[in-house]
Amino acid sequence: MTSTDRFIPDRLTSPLQKRLKSWETLLLAVAIAIFIANSLASPYFLNAWNLSDATFNFTEKAMIAFAMALLIIAGEIDLSVASIIALASTAMGAAAQFDVSTLTLVLIGLSVGLACGAFNAVLVTMMGLPSIVVTIGTMSLFRGISYIVLGDQAYRGYPGAFSYFGQGYVFWVISFEFVLFAVLAVIYGVVLHKTNFGRAVYAIGNNATGALFSGIRVDRVKFILFLLTGLMSGIAAVCLTSRLGSTRPSIGLGMELEVVTMVVLGGVNILGGSGSIPGVVIAAFVMGLVTFGLGLLNVPGIVMSIFIGALLIGVIALPRLWSMLRK
Amino acid sequence: MKQLIKSREAILTAAIVVLLGLIATRFPAFVTPGNLAAVFNDTSPLIILAIGQMIVILTKCIDLSVAATLALTGMVCAMINVAAPGVPVFVIVAVAIGMGMALGAFNGVLTWKLGIPPIVVTLGTMTIYRGIIFLISDGKWVNSHEMTPAFKALPRVAFLGLPALSWLAIAIILIAFVAMTRTTLGRAFFAVGGNPHAAVYTGINVGRTQFWAFVASGGLAGLTGYLWVSRYAVAYVDIALGFELDVVAACVIGGIAISGGIGSVGGAVLGAIFLGVIKNALPVVNISPFWQMAISGSAIIIAIAVNTRAGRSKGRVILKKTEAEA
Repeated sequence: MTSTDRFIPDRLTSPLQKRLKSWETLLLAVAIAIFIANSLASPYFLNAWNLSDATFNFTEKAMIAFAMALLIIAGEIDLSVASIIALASTAMGAAAQFDVSTLTLVLIGLSVGLACGAFNAVLVTMMGLPSIVVTIGTMSLFRGISYIVLGDQAYRGYPGAFSYFGQGYVFWVISFEFVLFAVLAVIYGVVLHKTNFGRAVYAIGNNATGALFSGIRVDRVKFILFLLTGLMSGIAAVCLTSRLGSTRPSIGLGMELEVVTMVVLGGVNILGGSGSIPGVVIAAFVMGLVTFGLGLLNVPGIVMSIFIGALLIGVIALPRLWSMLRK
Repeated sequence: MKQLIKSREAILTAAIVVLLGLIATRFPAFVTPGNLAAVFNDTSPLIILAIGQMIVILTKCIDLSVAATLALTGMVCAMINVAAPGVPVFVIVAVAIGMGMALGAFNGVLTWKLGIPPIVVTLGTMTIYRGIIFLISDGKWVNSHEMTPAFKALPRVAFLGLPALSWLAIAIILIAFVAMTRTTLGRAFFAVGGNPHAAVYTGINVGRTQFWAFVASGGLAGLTGYLWVSRYAVAYVDIALGFELDVVAACVIGGIAISGGIGSVGGAVLGAIFLGVIKNALPVVNISPFWQMAISGSAIIIAIAVNTRAGRSKGRVILKKTEAEA
C-alpha cells in the first residue's frame, strides 16, 4: 500500500540539487526561519543565556529520540519511554533516601532503564508480540509501579553533586546536558550511517524477512534497539530528575508523544525503513525553538502543544498535498 | 475463526466471573445486583468508546484522539448550556454526536486522502483537540452550578431500575452488533482489516471504509463527551486525560487484533467490563487506587500474549519450518 512512496534509504553521494531538496534541508530552512522570526518577535530571544535555557526544552527528549529513531526505522516503536523515566526516577529517589553516592544513583537510573528496555525486548522479540501494544501495556505498568511506590508523595533530598547532570555547565553557557546531547548525536549518527549495525537497522525496516535471509539476526538487532531505548530513557531520567530535584510519579508524563513527534518531524518514516540522525537533530532544534519562542511570547504550554501537533501533521501532510495538487 | 473468537469471549467471561467470585468470597456486597448495575453504569462510557475504537482497530488503524475528542465536545456542550440555557438537551446531544463525527472525519480525511499513518494523525489531533479546549475555555472550569438541571439530569434518568447512561450503552452495544454483523459497511470493516488487497478486488474502497470507522469512533466519543460532562457535572481542560489508553486496553483485552480484521463487539464490551470491575473492586478490597494503572498495564500484556499465541499468523509458522528443515 505504502511501498511505492518509500525511497531507498541509501546515503550515496547524491547531486547537489537532490541534496538541496532533501527533507533535512527543508527542515533546516524551517529552523532558520523560526530562529529569525523569534528574534524579531521578542527582544529577549538573542541572548546567550536565554538560548542556553532553550536547549533544556529538547535535550532530554532528543536523547531518547535518537534511540527511538533507530527503533522506528527498524519498524518497531516504544511508547513506554516516558514511563521508564518515571520508574527510573522513582528508583533513584528511593535510593537517595538511604544516602547513597551520586555514582550509585546514576548507575541505578541507568540499570532500571536497561531492565525496562530488556523487558520490552523480551516481550517483542522472544514472544513475537506487536511492539505498539506491548509498550502501551508497559507504559501503564512502569508508571503504575511508580504510582504504587509513591502514591501522591514525592521523593526529594538528592545529594548536592547529583544536581550537576541537569543544572551544571561545562563551559560558559554550554550545559552538561547539551554536551551529552551533542556527543550522543554524533555516536548515533555514526552507528546508524557508518556501521554494519546501522545498515542492518535499515534492512530490517525495509524487509524484515529479506534481512533474515541475508543473514541479519533480526531479533537480536531489535533486542539491542529496545535495550538502547531503555538506556537512553534511563539517561534522560538522570538528567530530568537532576534538573527538577524531585520525583513525582507523573514525571515526564506524555513525553513519549513529543519524542515520537520529534522523530517523525526529523523525517523518519513511521512505517520504518528510512530516516536519518541529522534530521532528528534539526527536528530537536525546531521543536525547542518553537516552544521557547512561544514561551517568550507568553503563550501557555497547552497552546504550544497545538503547534507541536499541527507541526507533526503539517510536515507530513504538506508535501503530500503539494504533490497531489501538482498532478 | 468464528470458533476462536467465541472461545476467546468465553475465556474472558470466565475470567470476569472468577474475578467476581474471588471478590465475593470476602466482600459479598460487591456482587449484589444493585452494585453490579452500578459497576456497569460506571463502565458505560468505557464500553461506548471501546466499541468505537474496536471499529477503528478492525480497519488496521488506531484512534488515540478519542479522549481528546470526548473532552472537546464535552466542553463545547457545557459552554453551549451555559451560554444558552434554553437550548433543549436533545439538541445538545445532537451537537455532541455531530461534532464528534466531524472531529473523527478530520482524522479520517487525513488518513484516507493524504495517506498519513493513523497513529501519527491521531497523535497530532490528540494534542490539537486538547489544546483547542484551552483556547475556547480560556482554561476555566464550567462548574455544576452553571449548568441547567435538565443538562445534568439526562444520564441519571432512571428507567426500569437502570439509569439512562446504562441504557444508552446497551442500545449502542445492540446497534453496533447489528451494524457489524448484518450490514455491508460492517462487513467491510472486517474485510479491510483482514486483507486490504482482497478488499479492493471485491470492490471495497479501503480508505473510505477507514474514514467511516473514524467517523463512527468520533461520533461515539462525542456522545460520551456530553454524557461524561453531564454525569460528573464539571467540564475542564484535562477531563478524561489519558483515557484513550484505557480504551485501547479494553479492546486489546477483548481480543481485538491490533493488526486488524479480528474482533467482535462482544469482545470489546467484555474487555471494558473487565477493566471496569477491577477499577470498581480495588477500593472495595482495600487496595490503593494507585494500583489501577499497573494492573491494567499487566492485563494488557497478559491479554496480548494469550491472544497472539492463539492467533499466530500462518506465514510465520511456515517460515520457521523452512528454516528448521534447511
